[in-house]
Amino acid sequence: MDVLEIRNLNKRFGAVHVSRNISLSVPDGQCHAVIGPNGAGKTTLIHQISGVLQPDAGEVVLAGRDITASKTWQRAQAGLGRTFQLTSVLPSFSVLENVALAAQAKSGSSFRFFRPAGREADLNEKAMRTLERLKIGDRALVPADDLSHGERRLLELAIALAGAPRLLLLDEPMAGLGRVESAMLIDILADLRRSIPMLLVEHDMDAIFQLADTVSVLVDGRIVAQGAPEDIRNDPAARAAYLGDKGQ
Amino acid sequence: MMRVDRSFLVMALIFALLLAAPFVLPLVEQTYLLSLLIKAMLLAIAAISLDLLVGHGGMVSLGHAAFVAIGAYAAAIGLESGIENILALLVLAVLVSGLFALVTGALALRTSGVYFLMITLAFGQMAYFTLTSLAPYGGDDGLTLWSMATLFGSDVVQNGGQLYLVILLTLLASWWGVHRLSNARFGRVLRAARDNPGRTEIMGFSIFRYRLTAYVIAGMIAAVSGLLTMQHAEFVSPAMAAWQRSGDLLVIVVLGGLGTRNGALLGALFLVLVEEVLGSIFHEWRLLYGPLLVLMALHAKGGLSDLLFPAHGPETTDATRANGEQI
Repeated sequence: MDVLEIRNLNKRFGAVHVSRNISLSVPDGQCHAVIGPNGAGKTTLIHQISGVLQPDAGEVVLAGRDITASKTWQRAQAGLGRTFQLTSVLPSFSVLENVALAAQAKSGSSFRFFRPAGREADLNEKAMRTLERLKIGDRALVPADDLSHGERRLLELAIALAGAPRLLLLDEPMAGLGRVESAMLIDILADLRRSIPMLLVEHDMDAIFQLADTVSVLVDGRIVAQGAPEDIRNDPAARAAYLGDKGQ
Repeated sequence: MMRVDRSFLVMALIFALLLAAPFVLPLVEQTYLLSLLIKAMLLAIAAISLDLLVGHGGMVSLGHAAFVAIGAYAAAIGLESGIENILALLVLAVLVSGLFALVTGALALRTSGVYFLMITLAFGQMAYFTLTSLAPYGGDDGLTLWSMATLFGSDVVQNGGQLYLVILLTLLASWWGVHRLSNARFGRVLRAARDNPGRTEIMGFSIFRYRLTAYVIAGMIAAVSGLLTMQHAEFVSPAMAAWQRSGDLLVIVVLGGLGTRNGALLGALFLVLVEEVLGSIFHEWRLLYGPLLVLMALHAKGGLSDLLFPAHGPETTDATRANGEQI
């Protein structure tokens, strides 16, 4: 079954046609990667999936539910977890509280006015388990602002995971990471992808070829090639448009 | 945990002093100070509710006095129409003010930052001019009340009774209520939305709903301050809704320390006492007051709360950091 299905997505900014009939799907247990040169419309695509932008035409279906017109928070409630190209966390909250709040979003009403949320054991335990899974459990009580860039990436992933997502939307998760950190994150994502399907937008070719089951190549708002990573590597259109630029 | 205990200690000390005042001050023949303390406590109740918006929610409102005035007028008009029970008037004041908050908040919260400030100012001014045009209830001049609300016929809630104590207990209840709320699930979402609205939304929270709820709660608490102000002054006037009053409230919460447990309380006491002390020294006391505010804003961003009782926990620092950028 497809967890995410995008059908004929179209978006124009004035005369610029940034999404042209984009269709792709992410089946259960798989990782679908989107690659393409700068300005190809990858971010616009992400924004239309996560709800920052509305498409002019087309549909976004998450777990069988049409979320094309849903608000950002409704998409999150429907099971969309995402990370940002530039990390986005709650800087003044502790690492643990960042993740506990994400768990809170999926655990009953938050219109509760008396009981201290910081003492809700189930939220804290869930947050702690998620942090330990990503090996930053020892940083739980540090303010998120004090984390290194790599740790912030992991915290963002932990926030997304604590919301028990049906699908992870990962916008350049490797950006700004060193070689060692990248390799570690790739391992973590490789472990996760069978249980949580992913849509991955990434420049790092190592990551793509290690993680993706399917790759879509986006050029000028259009998908010019789609297939298994090995096929994409040999696809003339994809090579010309993108891989060729990198001299591979 | 030490930090939490400490802010509770500070609060306990202030409340103990406020509780002792009516017994001690008459002994030293300074009874007039009691009315100053009442003024400070009434301001503190309104300021505590404003801090829920500004300190915890990052919503800088310049129209908060309107809720105080609407609460006072709703109660005064109720009283004029023959409702004498203060609990019935309380319900009336809270409902009318809450409704005003719901309608104006739903519109104002479509914006944020300076635009939010401008819209709340505009709604505040609308309330002000509406009150001045209430001819049957005194219009510009305000309305002097000839009868006072009672508690089931008892005068315990009047100036001749234990109004001081009633106001002190209401202050304690507001303080405790906002403190609980800010640490509960609701308050956590509110603080998250202040820190990073985009992220909070993507976690799955409709920040509009949380902010609007906070706005209504703050309006309702402010209305309680208005009701008690009416009961104490035996008079209501449109000046209660003037934007300068909203500005005073904003000064109190910033001066006291945004988003801190005792900031609004310290700020209100400080403002009233400084006004009194400087005012008794020389007439143009605002010449000193202005530079004092500038100094506080420049050098004591944590407010009085941080200055008098320094504690570098996340509570004080995060609020000031986030709001320093907002304002």
